[in-house]
Amino acid sequence: MLSQLPILQVVVPLLAAPACLLLEKSRLVWIFTVLVCGLSLSISMLLLHQVYQHGTMSYGLGGWDAPWGIEYRIDLLSAYVMLVVSGIATLVVVAAGTGLEREIPQEKQTFFYVTYLLCLAGLLGIVATGDIFNVFVFLEISSLATYALIGYGKDRRALWASYQYLIVGTIGATFILIGIGFLYSLTGTLNMQDLAARIPDAAGSRTASTAFVFIVVGVCLKLALFPLHLWLPNAYAYAPSLVTAFLAATATKVAVYLLIRLHFSVFGEQFASSVLPLHGILLTLGLAGMFVASLVAIFQPNIKRLFAYSSIAQIGYMIIGIGFGTALGLQATLLHLFNHALMKGALFLALAAVVYRFGSADISAFRGLGRRMPWTMAAIVIGGLSLIGMPLTVGFVSKWYLILAAIEAGMWPIALLVVTGSILAVVYVWRLVEAAYFQHAENELPEGLVGSGRLEAPLTLLVPIWLLVLVNIYLGIDTRLTVGTSGAVASALLGGGQ
Amino acid sequence: MLMELYNYWVVILLMMTGFYIVIVQGNLIKKLIGLNLFQTSVFIFYISLGKVSGGSAPIFAEGVSSYSNPLPHVLILTAIVVGIATTALALALVIRIRNAYGTVEEEELQQRDLEC
Repeated sequence: MLSQLPILQVVVPLLAAPACLLLEKSRLVWIFTVLVCGLSLSISMLLLHQVYQHGTMSYGLGGWDAPWGIEYRIDLLSAYVMLVVSGIATLVVVAAGTGLEREIPQEKQTFFYVTYLLCLAGLLGIVATGDIFNVFVFLEISSLATYALIGYGKDRRALWASYQYLIVGTIGATFILIGIGFLYSLTGTLNMQDLAARIPDAAGSRTASTAFVFIVVGVCLKLALFPLHLWLPNAYAYAPSLVTAFLAATATKVAVYLLIRLHFSVFGEQFASSVLPLHGILLTLGLAGMFVASLVAIFQPNIKRLFAYSSIAQIGYMIIGIGFGTALGLQATLLHLFNHALMKGALFLALAAVVYRFGSADISAFRGLGRRMPWTMAAIVIGGLSLIGMPLTVGFVSKWYLILAAIEAGMWPIALLVVTGSILAVVYVWRLVEAAYFQHAENELPEGLVGSGRLEAPLTLLVPIWLLVLVNIYLGIDTRLTVGTSGAVASALLGGGQ
Repeated sequence: MLMELYNYWVVILLMMTGFYIVIVQGNLIKKLIGLNLFQTSVFIFYISLGKVSGGSAPIFAEGVSSYSNPLPHVLILTAIVVGIATTALALALVIRIRNAYGTVEEEELQQRDLEC
């Protein structure tokens, strides 16, 4: 039974998606989706446990052995990312029970859950598979579902954002496909482990370098690395808030996972740095993204957009970690991948609660919010502090490791720049705090809400938000799970392959 | 050299044409046509990879010793399905954009967003 876990992780949400259509009633579908996501979270936990106990798990699809058949391969890195993805997916879908009411009409909610599960299946598939063509297929499954999810937004600009993302995303995926074609023509294999064994023989061949460049650019489009990020702000700002919470916390993280997987497990650090001055490029783009996106974030009137730009900046941090090319740097990236999912999950869910009450995430909706929705606003403040990197939150842990990595690599100016970047985060988080606690609410309550009393979000939204916030604090103090796992993964990836 | 590898030149030509259309065209439908060209060029790339000169179709038969490689062809069947799904979704989006904005021209779309 346990040996079937890798495939179950993908098949369960994939089959559950069409099954939703049979249930029809949106309330039933919601309960069913919560169960499926919960199941997938438990599978992730079991997998992580199994991998810790017995090492990497390999599963040959249809009984075909690895280099010929498609292999699902769960190592510590995959199990770690799966835990993030399925955990966030579960919390978001719990919140969706009430949170969706104001954003998606009742009759369309069933379709929302179908696409949501498909997206989850695609994301988990990317992480689970050990076959590079399979990565492309799952990438497209999750991307197509994502375009549809964004298109559910109420604002008509959501459609336009979704279309733009579709064009850019398809170009990115096609680039990856070209890269895979080159690799296959060179090595005659699609299995990642097999590729990793054969690529060193092909070092110096132009085909291999071309493949590498196409794949890196394709993946960077998907993970919204500055300056390939232009699709992201609109997509996040106009998608339904819960979709934004899910995407911000999982989709870009899986793309970062893909970059790490292809860079370190398939091509190998040595090959990668021989083709391109990749470290320099990643460091420069990471830093530029961090500063530009943070500066733009400061001037955004729409808070969803503000945090979307902040996401681009945070992706910059992750890329800087990879750019160091050291185990410590990679560990910082992996930590930030996990931690950023926690903070942005909490923040965007809290924004969803605000949108639920006020119908907009504009800064004007935040005036006096500290009194109107004290719990939601407190969650936003703690999430914001985590984003800045205050001690006792997870944000501190990952920034600390990033700075350590910079100093270890002898690049202390970068350590200083990272700290400066955090100050920019202080500015945009402060804008929210100022509006919420130091300004008075204008007396324009949305229709149907009377009186000026408390307007706290319903419990079904508050519980997932606060669970994430508490995890933010807990993992900021007890860092064994994240630091231990990411450290082991980083040294495994850089210690001459797995 | 040029003639021997003509299939790859066709691929590059198609790919660049498609890419150019995606970037330059302001009409959403025409953009999609460009995107399709771009994807199709990659399909042709894969298919010509699998061809072995003098090889027959990969069906076991007596007297045949050289076969073309069927794997790239199978991969591309999958990629074609993905491409169709993408086009279908994109066209659905274009229909909804047209209903919401009354136009499918990029410039007019942006203008109408600025107006309100």
